[in-house]
Amino acid sequence: MIDLHGYGPRLLEGALITIELALLSLVLAIVLGLLTASAKMSRSWLAHRIGTLYTTIIRGVPDLVLMMLLFFGGQIGVNMITDWLYYQFDVDIFININEFVAGVVTIGLIFGAYMGETFRGAFLAVDSGQIEAGRAYGMGPWLVFRRVRFPQMMRHALPGISNNWMVLLKTTALVSVIGLSDMVRVASEASKATREPFTFMMIVAIIYLLIASVSEWTFARLQKRYNIGYGEAE
Amino acid sequence: MDALMSWLQAYLAENSIFTLQTLSYYGEGLVTTVQLVFLSLVIGLVAAVPLAIGRGSKRPWVKWPIFAYTYVFRGTPLLVQLYLIYYGVVFVEGIQETWLWVILEEPFVPALIAFTLNTAAYTTEIFHGAIKATSRGEIEAARAYGMSRALMMRRIVLPSAFRRALPAYGNEVIFMLHASAIASVVTIMDLTGAARFVYARFYAPFEAFLFVAAIYLCLTFAILYVFRALERRLLAHLKPAGG
Amino acid sequence: MADTPIPLEVRNIKKRFGDTEVLKGLSLEAHKGDVITLIGASGSGKSTFLRCMNLLEQPDEGELIVHGEEVRFKQTRHGREPADWKQVVRMRAKLSMVFQSFNLWAHMTLLENVIEAPVHVLGKPKKEAVEEAHALLERVGLSARADAYPAQMSGGQQQRGAIARALAMDPEVMLFDEPTSALDPELVGDVLKVMRDLAAEGRTMIVVTHEMAFARDVSSQVIYLHQGLVEEAGPPAEVLGNPRSERLRQFLAPKH
Repeated sequence: MIDLHGYGPRLLEGALITIELALLSLVLAIVLGLLTASAKMSRSWLAHRIGTLYTTIIRGVPDLVLMMLLFFGGQIGVNMITDWLYYQFDVDIFININEFVAGVVTIGLIFGAYMGETFRGAFLAVDSGQIEAGRAYGMGPWLVFRRVRFPQMMRHALPGISNNWMVLLKTTALVSVIGLSDMVRVASEASKATREPFTFMMIVAIIYLLIASVSEWTFARLQKRYNIGYGEAE
Repeated sequence: MDALMSWLQAYLAENSIFTLQTLSYYGEGLVTTVQLVFLSLVIGLVAAVPLAIGRGSKRPWVKWPIFAYTYVFRGTPLLVQLYLIYYGVVFVEGIQETWLWVILEEPFVPALIAFTLNTAAYTTEIFHGAIKATSRGEIEAARAYGMSRALMMRRIVLPSAFRRALPAYGNEVIFMLHASAIASVVTIMDLTGAARFVYARFYAPFEAFLFVAAIYLCLTFAILYVFRALERRLLAHLKPAGG
Repeated sequence: MADTPIPLEVRNIKKRFGDTEVLKGLSLEAHKGDVITLIGASGSGKSTFLRCMNLLEQPDEGELIVHGEEVRFKQTRHGREPADWKQVVRMRAKLSMVFQSFNLWAHMTLLENVIEAPVHVLGKPKKEAVEEAHALLERVGLSARADAYPAQMSGGQQQRGAIARALAMDPEVMLFDEPTSALDPELVGDVLKVMRDLAAEGRTMIVVTHEMAFARDVSSQVIYLHQGLVEEAGPPAEVLGNPRSERLRQFLAPKH
């Protein structure tokens, strides 16, 4: 049996943190992605510009730099706002930007930009006749979105979401650099303490590959569900 | 515009962060980042061509090891690969007594190895996809004219595959530039390393990181520009005539 | 009859795309039970005219009165637009369109397609909508295909399904936009038969079509459009049987 020198439980906790972090970031990224896609497809010049600026900056700057900016700079920024609130309105709140929050926000922000592109392409891929039929039958814009555009868009978006998720999963490793005890950080501490980097890094690599395989399986099933009604002609 | 300029002048006049000294840190960091990224990309690219051909081979003992390699290196974080190689090299018994230690002592070489292995894996898959997408007709035409497999690969398949792979490879180059930021984690003074140093010294996160973000943004645009130009040149034949 | 409002009335519709004026002032009145067919060469504006009637295209000028209610417009930066989209939604619910390319929602079964708008637009209870849907599918001869997805059905079946979907709204007027043009010739007959039955039971219909036999046998009025204007209009016997203009005569001449 492999000797983990007592790091086993911590490694497991780290793996859970990795998964939680990844899932929460994914939720944020999807919300931001939908907002970005609608901003970029909007007729409003300002919304379009803001959407483009956001995606350009996010995709031009390394994840790690953004994360450090948000983690180290975010606390100072938040303190400035809470200080101002305190002096102006005597409201005393303290918001602590911890590593986990900084991680979720940064990764969510980064992948929100990528998701935005995915969703935009997917919305454009929906046949306009499908939307027209909805409008012709008296559906309002929200109803058309909810009942026709969204479900049909998801079919086109799923491969992109799946890709983004795989990259996102690996990006979570960066939070170890700002001090969050995810599995990479635990493994790196263990490597230094025990001088057995191969054991610990290999275990972490295998866990990543496992999560990736489970995700692949899940996405394949989702794709099947959203593919309903397509390409199964008799 | 004038107001902005005068503000900038006033800011620079009283700023104690962006001195010649700190700017030189960023300058050296830029050189290190470019070296690291450029070297790993070139070596990775050279390695990826035979690997991509092998990846499409019919022989299982050629195909599967390459697939396993790309699967593992694309499926795990670069940071884990970097740690594995960096610590792995450092902790090898007795390595510190050999001549190899002189080069391996610097974290640059382990980082270069990790980055190269990583980009080679991604590039292999990009090329493999592009080779697979070669149209059957072109291959049949080559066969019909009596080309050998090697000649067909060299004259027909690879040239068109490289062109098809160009957009995806451009993304890979930008990805490597951004990924290289983690070199700072193993104490390399690359661009991000310089920013972290300036941040720690002055406790000025906005200045330190926004400045470096702007440099990365410029580098990204430069890479995009180069690849756009390359695509315009090399992919011109795919555009409709006159367009 | 005097107090029942006319189902659909359009007056002086004009529409331009860029520099070309495609509709140059078209009017039409559909009384209860009317079957009006719009014929004309491609580019005559007949489909655009039909799409203006339920505002899938926004007419630049003209009035639209659905069941006595006039649609209000306002001028915006993007051109003329309906002033009240809620009114448009209400009015579209009274006009059901059947499209050339069917446009059945691909991610729903046929039954789901038929009950979708009644449940979500008209607010019908689902159970009731399902019962009615089954009856309608029976009528168009598709009761066996209720759980099939559009991609699993032939074009003719899809179009008959689309007609059932339109009927489920119990519309004041049914708009048909070249309903048989995308079908293989051998599938056209089934769809036309359903449409003939609808006409026979007194449905108000406006049909853009190339099927001259249908226009002659079924319609109460035929309108021949040329370059965005009405060239000839009247009962089919008159317009099709005794065309006055040389252009219409050529249009009707059998093509070899």
